[in-house]
Amino acid sequence: MLTMRGITKEFGGVSALKNVDLTVEAGQIHALLGENGAGKTTLLNILFGMPVIRATGGYRGTISIHGVPFSPKDPSEALAAGIGMVHQEFMLIPGFTVAENVKLNREPLRHASLGRVHPSLHILDRPAMAADTRQAFTSIGVNVDDWMMVAGLPVGHKQFVEIAREVDKHGTKLLILDEPTAVLTEVEAAQLIEALRRLAARGLGILFITHRLDEVLACASQISVLRDGELVACLPAAEASLRQLAEVMVGRPVERQPMPPRGTVTGASLRFEGFSVEMPGERVTGLDLEVQAGEILGIGGLAGHGKLGIANGVMGLYPARGQVSFDGEPFRLGQPIEALSRRIAFLSEDRRGVGLLLDAPIDYNLAFTSMNIEGRFLKRPLGVPWLTWRDSRGMRTHAEALISQLDIRCTGPDQAVRRLSGGNQQKVCIGRAITRQPRLLFASEPTRGIDVGAKSLILDLLARLNREAGVTIVITSSELAELRRICDRIAIIYRGRLARVLPPDASDADFGLAMAGRPPGGDL
Amino acid sequence: MNPRLLKPSPRTVPRLIIGAFVLGLLVLAAGKQLPVHLLISDSLVRTGMNGILVLAMVPSIQAGLGLNFGLPVGIICGLIGVLIAVEANVSGLAGLALSVAAAVPLALLAGSVYGRLLNRVKGQEMMVGTYLGFAVVSGMCVFWLIAPFTNPILIWVIGGTGLRYTTSLRHLFGGVLDNAWAFSLWGVKVPTGLLLTFLLACLLVHCHSRTRGGMAMHAAGQNPAFATASGVNTAKARIQGATLSTLLGAIGIIIYAQSFGFLQLYLAPLMMAFPAVAAVLIGGASTRQVTVGNVIIGTLLFQTLLTISLPVAQAVIGSDVTEVIRLIVANGTILYALTRLDGGGQ
Repeated sequence: MLTMRGITKEFGGVSALKNVDLTVEAGQIHALLGENGAGKTTLLNILFGMPVIRATGGYRGTISIHGVPFSPKDPSEALAAGIGMVHQEFMLIPGFTVAENVKLNREPLRHASLGRVHPSLHILDRPAMAADTRQAFTSIGVNVDDWMMVAGLPVGHKQFVEIAREVDKHGTKLLILDEPTAVLTEVEAAQLIEALRRLAARGLGILFITHRLDEVLACASQISVLRDGELVACLPAAEASLRQLAEVMVGRPVERQPMPPRGTVTGASLRFEGFSVEMPGERVTGLDLEVQAGEILGIGGLAGHGKLGIANGVMGLYPARGQVSFDGEPFRLGQPIEALSRRIAFLSEDRRGVGLLLDAPIDYNLAFTSMNIEGRFLKRPLGVPWLTWRDSRGMRTHAEALISQLDIRCTGPDQAVRRLSGGNQQKVCIGRAITRQPRLLFASEPTRGIDVGAKSLILDLLARLNREAGVTIVITSSELAELRRICDRIAIIYRGRLARVLPPDASDADFGLAMAGRPPGGDL
Repeated sequence: MNPRLLKPSPRTVPRLIIGAFVLGLLVLAAGKQLPVHLLISDSLVRTGMNGILVLAMVPSIQAGLGLNFGLPVGIICGLIGVLIAVEANVSGLAGLALSVAAAVPLALLAGSVYGRLLNRVKGQEMMVGTYLGFAVVSGMCVFWLIAPFTNPILIWVIGGTGLRYTTSLRHLFGGVLDNAWAFSLWGVKVPTGLLLTFLLACLLVHCHSRTRGGMAMHAAGQNPAFATASGVNTAKARIQGATLSTLLGAIGIIIYAQSFGFLQLYLAPLMMAFPAVAAVLIGGASTRQVTVGNVIIGTLLFQTLLTISLPVAQAVIGSDVTEVIRLIVANGTILYALTRLDGGGQ
């Protein structure tokens, strides 16, 4: 029914999709698997005619529906062609009832005399709306009351309302679900999969996007796997195994970075017991993990499973609970000052939002935390003990030293960091961390948004900081290959907890399975 | 503030337009045979008179609270300080000092309460500040009627209770700063004491922004997430900014009153935040970035414009359109700045 041939898409010279072929048959549930950044969302955006695609230069390749060529310029064309989309974020109006949401803008009308003035003045035919809604829910086999307010519904039911809306649209032939189970409980997910099966049995084509391996095997009839924008596998579900899927999803060549010899360990250890962090979208729920003094520990896992929450929780930026000990001593959670005063440094994943004062110069960015915590780079001009003053010269000298040590490409210490490239901005962040003479450094997504050449420079800096200065480093990254390049051990986080700790040379399949929350060697 | 952070941007546009307009008016005034030296004298007095009220915008913007439209909160504290000095009948510099001494604790208290309120309405500080200012001024109208002051020059002649709308400070400390070390140069009378007071206040605010606390406050304003991650208590920094701004508002109105020669109560403070806001914006500040230099240039330009536009307009058009021009310039500038909230951004 849907055929995509040779789909290629570039964003500013970086290719996001390379020659992807995809076919969805009527009555088939087709699962599209891939890590974060594999190109799943880009493919959907092309299919749905999202404006971002045209704004960035369009795509190459052909799409056809029932043999008719199709190249949507905006989402309304995709809707007209019979493509229904269930979004990751719910596109529902909370203050409307279920029926009003399902029938929104397609309401059956009763003619009223005012309607002659303008069609929008006709009256809604509420009994007909309710009947249509009930029929849509019957066809997906769930029971949601049509008169309920959407605001009060459980998350799973909201998802069903979205599906019912797409089903109710006459002419929906292909239903696309973008990670529909990400927010659902296991019971709700099972219910959803059941509903999808019913819809497929009625002849709808379903394209189901996810990174949960077990669900794919439970419901799909055909499975495609994307990796780095390429279609690396396309096979019937009956022939696939969990281990095989895990391997193709994460597998890519890994080259181990040559590491400098290990010097004296000055870093501290950190131990988590029942550690939980309330970070929206990255919740940690009861983590048990030990970071050994002087090692580089990698933290990996899929987006949304909580790997980013760990560092943010320790740094006191989000509410956290549980037992944490730093060098064997108890560590107080919830206050940034505790982590900072114990010389824990942090490179935030949100470099421009949290990591830098964009409009301030380099020297100020480098010195600020040390100045605020330890009172460095301050002088007492009048000899009064309580009157402390910015030591501009000291800041400048320090900045000049770091600029040459870290090779920060800039016009001088007084350049605003906004004007620097991503890699150099990250070096400024590392410089500020080094200024604190840290005993433990959290580096969250240290190479995100940095071009390939600068990536290895940043990783090399971190490796040297660990091996030469002996600092304990915890790197959190979505790029497994990068963790395997420099880490001593890699902890994989699944649903807010530790799934496994693996050596960097473990097999692709082991990493893939751990990310899917499966025991080693396990299969269905 | 660091001059390195002052970079050319669309924020300089109002400064250039108003600057050109002021120059044009001066040329016109000279052409119409108006007493230019008197106009300049008046401009200098009005600059010194309003300067500290404009300066009150600096800590507020630095702490990330935006422009302090709640300036009347500080102004009320300053008015109470003056009332206390008048009630005690202290004249000269001592009276001025007593006013300030009485106003400071009130302003510190009111400012910290104001800051705590603003912490509850993050993102809407300017709107909440505007209406808080209106509410406080209106509420204080009741206080002025029942306040326990007894000095006959303060209270209504008939009836004997309640404070007057306007009280003359002429015999107490009206003009003490204006006349201190004042001298004339080419017919221009320079109010040395007044200008020095303004510049001293500017220097203190500038120095504060170089201290540890001032830098922490500024970081909290520029990027709260960064400041928190560096161990700054952003809630406290914002309270600090609101308190300092309120304090400067209180001192500012005392300096204003001594120069004006009258103490104005009731609805007089209602709109006082607006000219101060307009002046700092004309000087090149945005709702997120400001320097003391913006304050000095902005006050000078805005007040000179107001002073000379009246006689020039009268001479050229033949009718009084000053009030109209003042409103167009003040509110137009505020509108311009608020529509480009990220004036300092990319």
